Amino acid sequence: MAALFVFITVYALDGLIKSPASLLGSIWNPEGKEFGILPMIWASAILSLSASVIGWVFALGCSCFIHGYGSKRLARILSNVLRIMTAIPTVVYGFASVFLLVPLIRNGFGGSGFSWLTASIVLSLMILPTMVLAMDSAFRTIESETEITSAALGLTKEQNLALVVLPTSKKWILSSALLGFGRASGDTLIPTMLAGNAVQYAISPLDAMRTLTAHIGLVLSSDVGGTAYYSLFVAGGILLFVSVTANIIFRMIRGRSHE
Amino acid sequence: MNRVKLLKILSYISAFFVLASFSLLIGFIFVKGAPSIKLSLFFGDTNPWQAIIGARPVWNGIWPAFVGTLYLILLTMLISLIPGIGCGIYLARYAEGKSKEVLSLAVDLLASVPSIVVGLFGFVLILLLRHTIAPNATTCIILASFCLAILVMPALVVTTRSSIESLPEALLMTGASLGFTETQLLRHILIPAAGKGILGGIMLAMGRAAEDTAVIMLTGVVVNSGLPAGPTAKFEAIPFLIYYTSAQYIDRDDLLRGFGAAVILLILSAGLLFIASRLQSTMEKRWKGAK
Repeated sequence: MAALFVFITVYALDGLIKSPASLLGSIWNPEGKEFGILPMIWASAILSLSASVIGWVFALGCSCFIHGYGSKRLARILSNVLRIMTAIPTVVYGFASVFLLVPLIRNGFGGSGFSWLTASIVLSLMILPTMVLAMDSAFRTIESETEITSAALGLTKEQNLALVVLPTSKKWILSSALLGFGRASGDTLIPTMLAGNAVQYAISPLDAMRTLTAHIGLVLSSDVGGTAYYSLFVAGGILLFVSVTANIIFRMIRGRSHE
Repeated sequence: MNRVKLLKILSYISAFFVLASFSLLIGFIFVKGAPSIKLSLFFGDTNPWQAIIGARPVWNGIWPAFVGTLYLILLTMLISLIPGIGCGIYLARYAEGKSKEVLSLAVDLLASVPSIVVGLFGFVLILLLRHTIAPNATTCIILASFCLAILVMPALVVTTRSSIESLPEALLMTGASLGFTETQLLRHILIPAAGKGILGGIMLAMGRAAEDTAVIMLTGVVVNSGLPAGPTAKFEAIPFLIYYTSAQYIDRDDLLRGFGAAVILLILSAGLLFIASRLQSTMEKRWKGAK
């Protein structure tokens, strides 16, 4: 396991040192020996950001729904559905969306349908259960501590949640967004299948984009070979760095709120 | 009380959004895929029996991919079971202080590594082997299983550890009162008691191994290899078949096969999750009163 970190880091640094200028450029042109991965870094960043923001808002809503806003029966159905959703393979999400969401976006908004917007909707759906589970466990702990006090103060369950539990579990709620961001940035299949894979700086939500993860998958499975590989190791190194950092920050926030 | 109302509106919208998109997605897959679930989905035009014993290759069915996925799960489990469960037990019972902290941090970090990076690692491993001891090394099913094993190991460690740690104190006392050594305690009391939880973890790990596409994409999956010929052969797998179909389908039959495969994969991983949660909840119930 340590080997994994060492390998990827060494190869990434190796790649960076050998061809620093062209790697961090913004032009991807294997024939012209230009391997800029900046557009992909940009794509990865904005896609995971947008997906985790969308997912986070809905996850917050779902957690509130489960904890007293919805009727008991619906809440149980929702939490069961969320549990099943953790088991849905990402490739199935992607497959269904290619034939369902992509035509919808194409007809509704124009463009090819394979875009930033499509990928972030599906990606947010994929990371949602993880975030809800994290929020749910925080809510449950705090609710059990404050329930009796706030009932004694005459607060309803809904008021308790909005005015007492939410502010208290702020750190948890924020850190669950981080968890979602980590997962979103690491996913490969959804961006590959839905985001169009064009190497460019996506500005409008309808632009196609290629993320770092999709880049690794596409280049390796189509065997470009040679110097193009270096860009992959750098891409892998960045992904590794992001996931590790997100995880460490997540642990730090959680550890502090434990005390 | 504005905040309460706002939150309420948000919660209804999100619940609706999630439930609606979930049913739409699953409904869509099932409606499109269910009609194609029959024997010919698996075997195409080949006689099923001859296909199963490998006498004839299957060209227009998902049987080779299905077998490939089963092999993958099996090999992955073979590689990851002992280190995964062993590490979980070590963390739960033996590790102390600094080494416990470091090891659990390592497991956590490993769990957060994106699967494509694990795949890249496998690929680098092959490059390295080619430059050193085995010039003919290439991506294959055993490499894919090895990488999948790295991917699912954290899940195994975490579930094993938490099922042992969640056992009631009284069980430890029982062991102590019988004069058991630590090994005897584990062997005769703790592991049998936590067995269902550990088994649940194994199911979860199998589910992850079955569904992951990014790793196998970099470590030797192909579209048309037939049944895997050996541990160093290329192979087919269901998730990759689905991915490939979405991009490269030629005709309606191809597409329907893709939907069929999606349903099969969905059933496979949902089934594994279901068994896992069943096992874990029966174990929780069993030990709830004893706490």
